[in-house]
Amino acid sequence: MIPDQKDDALFQYLLRLGDNTLVLGHRVSEWCGVAPALEEDIALANTALDLIGQTQMWLGFAAEVEGKDRNADELAFRRDVWDFRNLLLVEQTNGDFGKTIMRQFLFDAFNVLNLRALSKSSDKRIAEIAAKSVKEVEYHLERSRETVIALGDGTEESNKRMQAALDRLWPFAGEMFVIDDVDTAMFDSGIGPDLAVLRKDWDAIAIPVFNAAMLTKPDSDFAHQGGKSGNRHTEHLGHMLATMQFLPRAYPNARW
Amino acid sequence: MSDLKKEWPLWEVFIRGQHGMSHRHVGSLHAADEEMAILNARDVYTRRNEGVSIWVVEAKNITASSPDQKGPLYEPSNSKVYRHPTFFDIPVDVGAM
Repeated sequence: MIPDQKDDALFQYLLRLGDNTLVLGHRVSEWCGVAPALEEDIALANTALDLIGQTQMWLGFAAEVEGKDRNADELAFRRDVWDFRNLLLVEQTNGDFGKTIMRQFLFDAFNVLNLRALSKSSDKRIAEIAAKSVKEVEYHLERSRETVIALGDGTEESNKRMQAALDRLWPFAGEMFVIDDVDTAMFDSGIGPDLAVLRKDWDAIAIPVFNAAMLTKPDSDFAHQGGKSGNRHTEHLGHMLATMQFLPRAYPNARW
Repeated sequence: MSDLKKEWPLWEVFIRGQHGMSHRHVGSLHAADEEMAILNARDVYTRRNEGVSIWVVEAKNITASSPDQKGPLYEPSNSKVYRHPTFFDIPVDVGAM
């Protein structure tokens, strides 16, 4: 691969990492002040802040790799839907608390495995960011895993809601493990992990949790796609960006 | 659903700030069980790097002295200054104790 193509694949890859944490971080932050309990409110806000912090590192590096004199803020706030490279899973709406926690668990389990692998990346900068992030994300996973089990194996009502959340989100889980040209390029250069291996490890985390939570994993492995390639996001992302990007677009370079 | 309690149980939280110190009571929170109480305590009380160890205990399991009894419980020791080790001359060589 010629250098320009390699840099472009790396840029796309970093956008995926950064857009996942940015979009999920914003989604989770939407609970701030309205979570079902004070303790959950603070915990969700902590998670959101961790994810936004990781976004600054990923998109900051992405901007350097791109070399077009943009920074992380410009990538976050001055791109439109079609330029986002996040998974469809993370842009799904919060729904009820159960759906938020299920979305979090599905992604946390992936994120932990991905970051563990990336902390051994041949790219030193990626390895450093991953090593720093993985400690935060291990905690996210512990929390979301416990909560999925507690609610799934809770009351009739909470079990029903968690099963509905799993059924709703399951078709968005598969995209995490879809391998495309960017993933192949990253794997070939020792930067990114083998997503097929990650899928097996993810199943080994997720399935025992579903069992402990008395939830039935949907049979179908149909996976919606188009998020990480940017080809087709769901309708939810545009609405989210309209809220998230309003201020810096209406008041460019505003400071406080 | 009438047997559903609206509130989670209350937990008292104790945090040890650094190795060698004792745990100190920092506050309380609600959680469904002890595991979630630890996680909630981590999020509510250690956000600014306050601790290296967390204890939680369900508030109902704490036996407390009654304020009504403060006379019999505490006042007798008011007048017994000899219980304080303040009547000894400490040699300078000993330094700070």
